[in-house]
Amino acid sequence: MDLQTLSIIAVGLTFVLYIAIAIWARAGSTSEFYVAGKGIHPTLNGMATAADWMSAASFISMAGIIAFIGYAGGAYLMGWTGGYVLMALLLAPYLRKFGKFTVPEFIGDRFYSTTARTVAVVCLLVISLTYVIGQMRGVGIAFANILNLSVEIGLYVGMAIVFVYAVLGGMKGITYTQIAQYVIMIFAYTVPAIFISLQLTGDFLPQVGLGGQIAGTDTHMLAALDKTMVDLGFGAYTDRVAMGGWNMFLLTLSLMIGTAGLPHVIVRFFTVPKMSDARSSAGWALIFIALLYTVAPAVGAMAIFNLANTVHPGVEQGQPVADPESNLPIDEQPSWMQRWSQTGLLVVDDLNGDGRIQWYNDKNATYVADVAEPAGWKGNELTVNNDIMVLANPEIAALPNWVAALVAAGGIAAALSTAAGLLLAISSSVSHDLLKGIFMPTISERSELRAARISMGVAIVVAGYLGLNPPGFAAQVVALAFGLAAASLFPTLMMGIFSKRINKEGAISGMLVGLITTMVYIFLYKGWFFIPGTNPLPDDASGWILGINPLGFGVIGALLNFGTAYVVAGMTKPTPAAIQELVENVRVPRQA
Amino acid sequence: MTAPTKDRSEYWRKNIGIITGCLVVWALVSIGAGILFAPMLNGFSIGGYPLGFWFAQQGSIYIFIILIFYYAWRMNRLDREFDVHEE
Repeated sequence: MDLQTLSIIAVGLTFVLYIAIAIWARAGSTSEFYVAGKGIHPTLNGMATAADWMSAASFISMAGIIAFIGYAGGAYLMGWTGGYVLMALLLAPYLRKFGKFTVPEFIGDRFYSTTARTVAVVCLLVISLTYVIGQMRGVGIAFANILNLSVEIGLYVGMAIVFVYAVLGGMKGITYTQIAQYVIMIFAYTVPAIFISLQLTGDFLPQVGLGGQIAGTDTHMLAALDKTMVDLGFGAYTDRVAMGGWNMFLLTLSLMIGTAGLPHVIVRFFTVPKMSDARSSAGWALIFIALLYTVAPAVGAMAIFNLANTVHPGVEQGQPVADPESNLPIDEQPSWMQRWSQTGLLVVDDLNGDGRIQWYNDKNATYVADVAEPAGWKGNELTVNNDIMVLANPEIAALPNWVAALVAAGGIAAALSTAAGLLLAISSSVSHDLLKGIFMPTISERSELRAARISMGVAIVVAGYLGLNPPGFAAQVVALAFGLAAASLFPTLMMGIFSKRINKEGAISGMLVGLITTMVYIFLYKGWFFIPGTNPLPDDASGWILGINPLGFGVIGALLNFGTAYVVAGMTKPTPAAIQELVENVRVPRQA
Repeated sequence: MTAPTKDRSEYWRKNIGIITGCLVVWALVSIGAGILFAPMLNGFSIGGYPLGFWFAQQGSIYIFIILIFYYAWRMNRLDREFDVHEE
């Protein structure tokens, strides 16, 4: 059977499964709709959290990003996992003990203020909308690239599937679907990785293979990769080349704090039965996430190694790269390169017209002067999109078609599971925080459940529309969503639990300062409201204040939030006694 | 029933101590070994990986997992010690 038919069957089967789950796990109450009735086993919640968290970007793009920046990719790996330590130690158990439905609800109650709750809703909506657009596009793009259908069709089909299980089942339906999606996703990710590791190093586990020796030699995989990348002018793979230490430090911390402050992930810990379950469930989540996150660096390194050896055969054995024999003739490209050229994700451009491909770092002036120009090269001739590293993996390793079909189903599962979690965070904030909490406090539970379903439906349509017509901010997930989660929600939640001193005035001003400084800093380099060309400062090291990359500003915004909150709280009326008692209660699992 | 204030503040003080200990390890392995000291540590190797690179792309993640389960286990013990554990 051909690849397209197989892929459509694989994706179709997973959709049937999701709908079956939706019918089985219908929500009958607001508690089931918002927090799955608080009855999810911590291990299962860990699995659902892993699917909720690992998006199209983690599944499809992350390995490619690591492949092209090497060691610096550790910022993403550590940032996106280290956040779970913060979440498990500083937020999740206490917010579970608080025992209500949404993140803004905690902020509203703890800071006895509808204004605080509204500011939190605004932060949540900006964060989650930025994030969900990428997921909707991820579904569309996965369909387009793997199933050869248009992005629009992919998006409509994805919306329809999410509509069925999210509107019917709310958090309950989403949880069980996410568990199924996790299993599909992790299987799809690790199977090709294991085969590639076996082929390249003879090691079954990719985590071992990355440190292992190239099969049949006594050269270590990473040493050979370092040498090859230096030969092509990119610099050693395992060295700090792509990012300075200062910015790697800031980016890693910002991603950690931002991860811990993402409302759609936090709310997953509201679904377990007990406070102690919330602690262990975060550990389970990280185990399930690590299964993919420790494989991704191996996938990235092995893919770039394979690519280098395909385009520059012989270089790894010590043949000079300037020798024409070590440059791949354009008409001898393997079939996967030809196939991906058609999608535009891989571009070959024979700039010097010698009929061969030269792939090298043409931004490296020394390399260009010493190697490229004497050899008659006129610029880098191969451009590879990050996403190929995962999508083309099965073909590069010459694996059977069913593996490629599995990767298609896995990529779509990753995008759908994250989209559903985000849509739930958005719709509960509208129906529970805005409608029930602020505009119609007397609404009955039945009507609130109906309102929750309607706002879920509306959220899906809005997200789908924005996915089809992505605004400028959609591409800025790392800067905007993680930056704002780090600068606004995380510090406020943490102070709400750990400091009784912080009052309403402190929390609101802290959140606003974190929110506004982070937004302004990002706009300075990415353009006002991301309108291209309106950035007052150039977005490179020369324009960054104190050398701070806007992607790593979240941690600075968080510090400003903490500082402002303490200063303002010190100058205003102390927290009322009833609220101090609420904080005391949140801190212990049970009164002795 | 409300716990005596002294007990509650003692429980909280111990919790903060445990959290601080865990976060020190958390920062040492990631920000420390994975970033600041990575160039130095790369002179050593573990399982064929340069050590600093290993912390940045593998080791930190494993240690994060251990930290969370250690914290969950330690807090369950503390909850029982102060008789505030859930059923």
